[in-house]
Amino acid sequence: MRRRPWFILLVVLLATSIMALMLGATSLSPGSVWGALVGSGRDETARLIVRGIRLPRVVLAMLVGAALGVSGTVLQGTLRNGLAEPYLLGVSGGAAVGAVLAVASGISSPPLIALAAFGGALLAVAGVLALAQASGGAGDTRILLMAGVVIGAFANAAIMVVMAAASPDVTRNALWWMMGSVAAAGWRDVTLLAVSLLVVGAALLSRARALDVLALGADAADSLGVDATRAGWLFFVLASLLAASTVAVAGLVGFVGLMVPHLARSLAGSRARPTMVLSALAGGALVVAADLAARTVRAPAELPLGAVTALLGVPFFLWRLREIR
Amino acid sequence: MIAFEGVRVRYPGRSEDALTDVSFFAPQGTLTAVVGPNGSGKSTLVRAVLGRVSLAGGVVRVGGDPASALARRTLAQRVAVVTQREEPAFPMAVRDYVSLGRHPWQPAWGAPTGDDEAAVTRALRDAAVHALAERRTDSLSGGEWQRVRIARALAQSTGTIVLDEPTTFLDIAHEMACFELLSALARAGRAVLVVSHQLNLVARFADRVVLLSRGMLVADGPPEEVMRGETLERVYEWPLVVSRDPAVGAPTLVPLRKRHAPIPHR
Repeated sequence: MRRRPWFILLVVLLATSIMALMLGATSLSPGSVWGALVGSGRDETARLIVRGIRLPRVVLAMLVGAALGVSGTVLQGTLRNGLAEPYLLGVSGGAAVGAVLAVASGISSPPLIALAAFGGALLAVAGVLALAQASGGAGDTRILLMAGVVIGAFANAAIMVVMAAASPDVTRNALWWMMGSVAAAGWRDVTLLAVSLLVVGAALLSRARALDVLALGADAADSLGVDATRAGWLFFVLASLLAASTVAVAGLVGFVGLMVPHLARSLAGSRARPTMVLSALAGGALVVAADLAARTVRAPAELPLGAVTALLGVPFFLWRLREIR
Repeated sequence: MIAFEGVRVRYPGRSEDALTDVSFFAPQGTLTAVVGPNGSGKSTLVRAVLGRVSLAGGVVRVGGDPASALARRTLAQRVAVVTQREEPAFPMAVRDYVSLGRHPWQPAWGAPTGDDEAAVTRALRDAAVHALAERRTDSLSGGEWQRVRIARALAQSTGTIVLDEPTTFLDIAHEMACFELLSALARAGRAVLVVSHQLNLVARFADRVVLLSRGMLVADGPPEEVMRGETLERVYEWPLVVSRDPAVGAPTLVPLRKRHAPIPHR
């Protein structure tokens, strides 16, 4: 009985992924998708579409959703606030500024762009904390969220400034980062994010019990043998690293880290480890489905992935906001 | 056992010590209560145990070793602290919450052991919250929540328990039940150190009372020695009388009204 949520989410993730491989400008039957995947099919076009275009896109969307889901779970536990997530905390915005600046400076290597995104994310975190501290509310997570929104707006403005003086290529890239997309997914992006998710995800899973304790508050955490300050920073940095990795390969995809942990907690209870794993599964399914919607709802035009997740996320945010006492 | 030896604490930016040369100890099998007016340094003592304030002098010993020399996890295996306020960020089942008390004993990976499960069940039973095990933490009353928090501390399986004002916001019945529980824990061999404003409950239940004023230790001993009218009146700066409870013989404190000039009629 306790395994059911995992199983259900896994089935949902697989079903969405299969649909995403089948549907698009050219619809494919389940048989030709299977043939293309295992290499037994004779339909060369189907093989090209599935293995060359749709598969890396679906896998990248899955990884982006998983990373954002885990990042949101960790940020919500660390900040003890169900409204925390990388996009609203300005972490993703900072990462986007870092990535855009790297591209504007002529850097084209994905790992270096990812590094710049991580640097931007950390600067954004430092900015959010400094802003909250300056207003005397570093301990108040609502003030922290407001500081995140302000830093996020500043990041958007910074990207606009870079765009105004940049070449058309950089402008196109910057726009892509601001709107979020997995349309240009390649296996190099998939590898980069998969490695990041595996390494950071393992580090987070191994510390999941400390996250459970941290969610009780700093005093309680200290009394249970967890250095609340050090653990809080570590979780913040690891969650930012995950979010920055998604920005480096897919731009700004907001609200996934907000919505998914709530669903996971409603299925698995409040313990961090199962919540992280369920958030990864649910996040993967959500972004695969959102990307499928982005490219099919107004086909042949493609909607920005970040816009689709925001259309879902904003009403969710407002609903959660009502529950803040 | 927990011992404070010449403990001095000064918060950054303050010109006065929060604690000055405070020395006393809370032995096993004893309910020791720390009392004193607001700002007398009671909660600072608790923060000193947790290592959340740095000592300007002296040492806090837990089980004979300086707390500052112990790894945080080792310290948590020796002393459990129930702080003044606490609210889980996300509601959870009471049993899950109490099982977090096992954290200092658990490795990063692996399911809870039989010892863990037994400690949690024992803690739920000892704190008389077994019937609440499946309830969510956000559905509990104030009294239930305090007992559940004490259960979490019991699940830590430590020889010493420190509680900072555990009866705040509780009605008479829950206050009494809470002190009965603390007294039973002390009788079972634990060192129990409780910070409290409830002088009459302290007089009734504590084996030993430590009275603080302006960060200094004023008196330390059995309730009937420490809770004298003139001492308490001086420390609390309020007129009061201390009589003896005819039913149980413990000192009973009655604060008096100050004399006011009559309010003139319009």
